[in-house]
Order: sequence, then structure tokens, then C-alpha cells
Amino acid sequence: MTQTQPQTDVTPKRVSRPFYKRALASAGDFLRQLARRPLSFIGLMLVIGFILMAIFAPIIAPFAFDQISTGPRSSPPSIDNLFGTDRLGRDVFSRVVWGSREIIVIPGIATAIAVFFGAGLGMMTGFYGGWIDEVISRAFDSLLAIPAMVLALVMLATIGPSAVGIVIVIVLLYTPIITRVVRSATLNVRSLGYVEAARLRGESTFYIVTREILPGVLPALVVEAALRFSYAIFLTASLGFLGLGVQPPSPDWGRMVSEARNNYTRTPWEMVYPAAAIAVLVVGVNLMADGLRRIFRYEGQER
Amino acid sequence: MTTAPKDNTQQAVIQAKDLRVEYRINREWLTAVNGVNLAIYPLEIHGLVGESGSGKSTLALSMMNYMADNARIGSGQVLLDGQDIAPLSSQQMRAIWGKKMSLVPQDALASLNPSYTIREQIAEVTQQHMGMAKDEAYAYAVEMLARVKIADPEAVARSYPHELSGGMQQRVMIAMALSTEPRFLVLDEPTTALDVTTQAVILDLFRELILNNQAAALYVSHDLGTVAQLCDRVTVLYGGEIMESASVTELYAQPLHPYTVGLLNSLPRHHDGTNTRLSTIKGVAPSLQQRSKVCVFADRCPVAIDICRAEKPPLETTPDGRTVRCFRWQEIANNELDLSPPEERVTETSDEADRELLQANSLSKAFGNSDLLDRLLGRAKEPLQAVDDVSFSMKTHSTLGLVGESGSGKTTLARSIVALIKADSGQIELYDEPIALDLEKRPQDVLSELQMVFQNPNDALNPYHSIGQTLKRTINKLTSKNMTDEQVAARVEDLLQAVRLPADYAGRYPSELSGGEKQRVAIARAFAANPSLVVADEPTSSLDVSVQAVILNLLKDLRAREGASYLLISHDLDVIAYLADEIAVMYLGEIVEIGPTEAVYNLPSHPYTEALISAIPEPDPTSGKQRILLEGDVPSARDLPQGCRFHTRCPRKIGAICENEAPPLRDASDGHVIRCHIPIDELVALQSQPPVAAGEGK
Repeated sequence: MTQTQPQTDVTPKRVSRPFYKRALASAGDFLRQLARRPLSFIGLMLVIGFILMAIFAPIIAPFAFDQISTGPRSSPPSIDNLFGTDRLGRDVFSRVVWGSREIIVIPGIATAIAVFFGAGLGMMTGFYGGWIDEVISRAFDSLLAIPAMVLALVMLATIGPSAVGIVIVIVLLYTPIITRVVRSATLNVRSLGYVEAARLRGESTFYIVTREILPGVLPALVVEAALRFSYAIFLTASLGFLGLGVQPPSPDWGRMVSEARNNYTRTPWEMVYPAAAIAVLVVGVNLMADGLRRIFRYEGQER
Repeated sequence: MTTAPKDNTQQAVIQAKDLRVEYRINREWLTAVNGVNLAIYPLEIHGLVGESGSGKSTLALSMMNYMADNARIGSGQVLLDGQDIAPLSSQQMRAIWGKKMSLVPQDALASLNPSYTIREQIAEVTQQHMGMAKDEAYAYAVEMLARVKIADPEAVARSYPHELSGGMQQRVMIAMALSTEPRFLVLDEPTTALDVTTQAVILDLFRELILNNQAAALYVSHDLGTVAQLCDRVTVLYGGEIMESASVTELYAQPLHPYTVGLLNSLPRHHDGTNTRLSTIKGVAPSLQQRSKVCVFADRCPVAIDICRAEKPPLETTPDGRTVRCFRWQEIANNELDLSPPEERVTETSDEADRELLQANSLSKAFGNSDLLDRLLGRAKEPLQAVDDVSFSMKTHSTLGLVGESGSGKTTLARSIVALIKADSGQIELYDEPIALDLEKRPQDVLSELQMVFQNPNDALNPYHSIGQTLKRTINKLTSKNMTDEQVAARVEDLLQAVRLPADYAGRYPSELSGGEKQRVAIARAFAANPSLVVADEPTSSLDVSVQAVILNLLKDLRAREGASYLLISHDLDVIAYLADEIAVMYLGEIVEIGPTEAVYNLPSHPYTEALISAIPEPDPTSGKQRILLEGDVPSARDLPQGCRFHTRCPRKIGAICENEAPPLRDASDGHVIRCHIPIDELVALQSQPPVAAGEGK
């Protein structure tokens, strides 16, 4: 049995604009929507906090990330060294702060590229269908059948661990997933009356995809991008932990955890702080993604 | 038609007393159903009609004490055989639901569990409520399926819901609802999703089964035709309040409330002739927030006076036992008020002589529906022949109506004309010039000649573009390119005015418009290109009758004003007949009959057309029309019947020739062609007599 809601053929009184225009026109309204859900707001604040930390690392961090002997070696947290020091006497707090740059920039760039390709390929396969769709979708299906970590390890072992390598791995791993999400969103929109009306007035494919379909796909895409970003952070940290991330001496949260884990009973602060940083950032991004999804789903119901 | 038992000493099966139902919306309790008194006696089918938003579904479900999570019964009683069920919790109701009262919903497929067989689902009810053992319950399920006249109940009992057609699924729902012999049934728009031929069969079933079961039923519908055919009494609901309640014959013969009059007058009827207009009810139904302390209908009422806007009229009982909520019902009863539809005539202006507009020759389209993997593995499915060798022609300033059941190929045919679907073979000529079957190969001037209005107004407009943007884009793209911005803006205003929308709607977005308003914008967009032919695919099927009347009038006016032709698709013959000069009847990808509207409506007809016309429920309970019921479902277009495609269901089948040979096209009169083995004069003779039992020799 289905439940009924009161239905009306009444002109909705509340004036609403497309979400992206509203978001651009008044970011405040958008933030207020996020803020109305406390968890999403916390997520957003955490993400903004980490981004500010990455930007202002030179001001926030008392030491350079590779400066040794900032205090006694392996000393516990103190006034001078907020998070203590590692076995080389480097300041853990400074390294965590500096490390936020890589953990945000690398997954950020990689996610952006994956979103770009994924959106393009997804809309193309969804819109055209036919053999293009079959070939690309089946190829991506087989790529997705391989466990992500295995693929990442093999590829980084081949091309050598580097920031560029990680970006390539993330793009390869996430483009198929984003393509799939965008493809299915496109399929939903493609057969709608307004897209067919655009075809009937002879619009170019480029116009139809960018002006008619993209706005309808954007909510799904934004949510997916936020989710992928959080997974990419986790993947980057994991690769760092396995020693396949950015190479020393640059500070990498994953590698910091890995290097500290042999001594964690003696110097737990060396491991706890970078690990906590990873956890807090990932949770923050996830909360934000969840908030975005709820806001967009709400928008979706209005149509 | 049987008359309702009027013996008021009898106890009502179900009775609502001063029932108020409320919804919690934005932290406020809003009244959806207000002070309703309604009693349904044994053997009575009670119709509940009203536009969407009138609260009819809410009322029907609250009489089962079954409500949405955000709804509650604010006050009043619901008496089932004298016992008040309103205060019962859903825990307590569980012993009553399914046993003493059951529901036949609108969407059968959504209500059946896809992972259980039919007999398991019916047995679940009887095991639960009647304590049957499993084997007994299975046998009883088959028995129930036989009672709803399913030809092969054993096979259906073992099938899963998706293996059955829509009509069959609805029969299963009826069998399930009746399996516990409930006292009270709610039928919530049970035939809305079905074809008119299937609907006729299902309505007959309802009557018979409800009478046999000694039950009472509440039939919720927006369709005044089916209500007239099925119900004994009718209650008209508006804004959550009863406007009028009477026996079906009295109500249709002499409606006492202006709203009922408006609803009845907004129905298109084929004998209106094509030059009249439908009367419409102005405005839209009020939302929950807007309901007032005065007469809820006053804002839309053509005869409202000062008192209607100052006080709420009481629900009065007339001397002959009807109830009506209107200050002026006595004047209406005495015919002192003019509520008759306006006899406006639309003058069709055409300066130029009619000439050949469109010619389709031997159009065919099959859908492969096999994907790459299937093809590689050689498991390709049989193609589905949606349109098979169809030819027709249209003149300028004319309207061709395409009718047929779902699966007849009418939508595919129309879409291949505008090239949203590329036909496999055939030619299309526009003004005697051949045009491409492929949309990409059509030049701009051909595109601008052929435009389309879509079925669902809710996705016809891009929610991210304002109404003005949508219209401007079409004007810029398809009409004269050297228009200045001011000229384009003026044209937008002109178009909005043509579809009777205020000019400031140009700045609005689709989410701010009601369904009917969106459809008007979609029509304006089609006319923005100055087309010669507008293809309208079920343009009113998702709208209320009162809104439908507005849209149909509008289409009629625009045809005269813009000098365009229509190719109109509908499953509703009355809608077609209201607008069309010519009708083409399609069955399984073929046109089985084509001709001028009057000729198609009158005898002789193709046996299929005859059945379609007879299945239309007349909004007149006294019509006593002889209905021809078609047995079985439309065969699959993957596996077309040999010979005449209609022979599996034809009530006038003459023998082996129908099964083996494709029927010839016979000229019945000028421009009226019937595809049948029976010669025209024999058809005339046959059709003047009642039909033989349907479905013989299947």
C-alpha cells in the first residue's frame, strides 16, 4: 500500500531559484542551509579549518617541516613542541600542519581531474548510448573489478612513487566511478521533455549537454565529487603509509603514522596526531558531502 | 443500473461522523478533510469525486484509519458496523485491515511484492486473517483468481507480478482484496492506469463481485464517466468538504452545486461538434494553507454572491434526501441561475486554400532492444515491431487524432514524424517535399515546421531555465534570426498572452507553476517556432478534467489563431473527437481504421473501434449503453498474430480467414477506410445488432 500526501495543483507560493544560481548569488543562504544541519555544519567548518591551515602553514607552524633538533628527540608534547617531537627531534605539530598541504592538494587536484573526465565521459555515454556507451562502460566495469588498492600498488610500483603518480592513480580509479554516476543521472534526464524539445529546435549536442543536461546532473556530480574527495584523501594517506606516497623528507600524514608505529608504545604522540588529523579531515569531508546530498535531494523534490 | 438501497433503518457498513483529518506541514496542523459525514450501506458503491487536492484520497484512506505518518484524525468518528475505529492504533487496526476492509490501489504493480508469486501473496492474507493452512490457502487463491475471471488461474497463481499485464495485475489486486470477504472496500482510482477496454472489463467485475460479496465500497475517482457507470451514490468533494451528495441518477440529471455543474460541463463529449468550447472552472483548487472560513468554492464560483464570501454555507438536506453545501442551491434547482456552458463559437480563419501538409508513406519502426553482449552471444531477441508499414496524409488547417490502446504504436508513429525516433523505412513528405527521417539531417526550416507538446508537463520544461529563457531560445533558434531583442521580448509576451498567462511569468521558473500552467508554457514553446504541424502526445492525460478543458480550449483557439495543424495522440476518444477532423485508430502498429471523425464514430466501424467506443464510460448513468468487452490482452508486438492482428480478441471474427490472411482495406465512404475481412455492408448489418460473446475460438 502506498501512503498519500495531500496533492494540489496549486502554484507553489514560495519563490525558488535554481540551486546553483542561488548558491552563487548568496553563499550565505547556502551556508545557512548547511548550518541548519549541525553535523553538516561541523563538517564544513572542519574542512574550512584544514584548508586555512594548509594556506597559512608558514604562519601557523613554528618550525619548518624538515627542521631537526627543534627540541629534545622523541620528547612528549610540551609548550615548545605542542605535539612533541619525533626521533630526529622534528616538531610533530609543524609536520602535521605542513602535511595538510599535500593531503589536500594532491587528492584535490586528482578529484578535480577525475570529476572533469567523469562528467564528460558520463554525459557522453549517457547521451549518445549505443556502441560508445557499450565500449566505455564495459571497459570501466572491468577496471572497477580490480581491487583499488591492488591497482594502485601495481601502478605506483611501475611508474615510481611520486605526487604525480598518486594523482594518476586516483584519476584512473575514480573516473570510472564518477562516469557511472553521471551516466545514470544523464540517462534519467535525457528522455525528459525539455531535452527532446531542445533536440526538436536543432540544438547542438554541446548545447544540450552543457545547458540542458548538466544543470540536472550537477547535484549528483557535486555530491559524488565531495565523496570521492574524502576517499581520495584516505587513499593518499594509505599509500603514504605503505611508503608509496610523497617521498621524504616532505611530511606525509600516512608515512608519519607508518614510521611512528614501531615505537608507538614509547612515543604514541608521533603516531596519534597525524592519524587523528587524517580521521578528522575524512570525517569532516564526509559530513559535508552528506549535508550537500540532503540539500540537493530537498531541491530535487521541489521540481 | 441498480438503485441503492435507501432503507435508512439498515445500519451503515461504514460511516464517517464529523470527520476532520489533518496534516502536519511545517510544524502546523492543516485541515485536509473538514467535517465530513458519509455513510455507506451494504451493497452500495459510493463514488467520491473531486479534483486533485480535494482531499478525496485522504478521506478514503482515513475511513480505513490508514494514514500517512504526518496525518491524524483531528476529530470525529469512523464507525465500522457501529464500532468507532478512529481511536484504534495501527497495531489494533491490523486485525481489521485486510479482513473487514481492504484497498484496491491505483498502481497495482507497486502494491504487489515483486519477489513473491501471486498465490503466495493472496495466501498470505487468508492465512493471516482466516487461519487457513498453506495448501488450503493456495487452492483458495486459485479459486479467487477464477472469480475475477482470469482465464488460466492456475498459471497466474504461480506467476510473479511483473509477468502479468496491467489489467491482470489489477484483477489480482481485486482478488486479494476480496479474498477475506471484507465488509468495506476502498477502490482508489483503480482503473486510472488502465486502457479503456481493460477498464470496461474491470468495472463490470467490481459491480458483480461487490454485489455478490454483500460488501460496501467507496470508489475514488476523478473520472465522472466511470463513476456514472459504477456507482449508486456520489459525493463531490472540494477543498476537503462535501459540496454535494446524491444518488448517481439524481446528481447527473440535476447537479445542485455550481462545482458539480462545472465539472460535468468541462467534459468533452463527441457529439458537441468541433466548433463549441468546453466550459471551464476558473482558477485552481486552494492549497491546504488557503482554505478559508467562508465557502471554499467562492473564489472559483461563477454565481458567488456576497454571503458566499462572508459565511460558510451549511450542508443542507433537500426535501428529496440529497445533501448540498451551497447558499443558492434552490435557485439552481429551479433553473433560475445560468450555469450552462457558454455557446462561444470559434471561428476558424483560413485565408489560403487547404493543401497537402504532410504525407507519410509506409513508415516502419522496430525496436531491437538487444544489447551488445546479447548480439555477440547470438541471443538477440525478436525485434518489437512498433509501427508497421503505416501511411496517412494530412491537409493544412486540420487535426488528425491517433487513438489506440497502450502498445498500439501511436506514440512511436508520432515521434517518428518529428524524428525524435528515426523510422527504419518509409518516406515523409512536407508540403510535397520529401524530408529526412533523421533529426540531425533536417534543416532548421523543417524543424520549425514540426513541433511537439509532450505528455508530462512536469518534465517538459527545464527547471533551471526561466519561462522567458525557454521561449526566447526557441524564437531565436527557429524563427527569423534578425529579430531585435525587443521584437523577441514582444513575441514572448504575445505567446504568453496567447496561452492566457500573465506577461510577468516570463521571469518565473517551472517550479513556481502548476501542472496546467506548465503545459500552457510547453504549448507556447511549440508555437514559438511558427510551426505548420504540432504533434501533441497525450497533452492532457496527466491533468484534472477542469484543467484539461482549459488546455483543450486553448489548443482549439491556437489552431485558429496560428493556422497550424495538429497530430493529436490520446487514449481518450472523447478528447480526440473534441479537436480532430479525422481519426486514425491504431492496433499493434497498424492503422485499422481512418476517416472523418463523424464517420469513425458512426457505423460501420472496424470491430476494434466499435469496442473502443463502446468502452468509453459515458458520464450519464441512464445511458444504458451496450458495452462490448474485449477478452484478453493486446498480444506482444514481438510475436504478432498471423493474418488479422486483431483476430485473437475480435468479437466479430468470421473464421479461419481472419487467422490466416491479412485483411484488405475497404472503402466505407469517402475517405473512410476500414481494414477488415468483413465487407462493409455486412459490417453495417452486424453492428446494428448486439455482438456475440467475445473471445470465442481463442
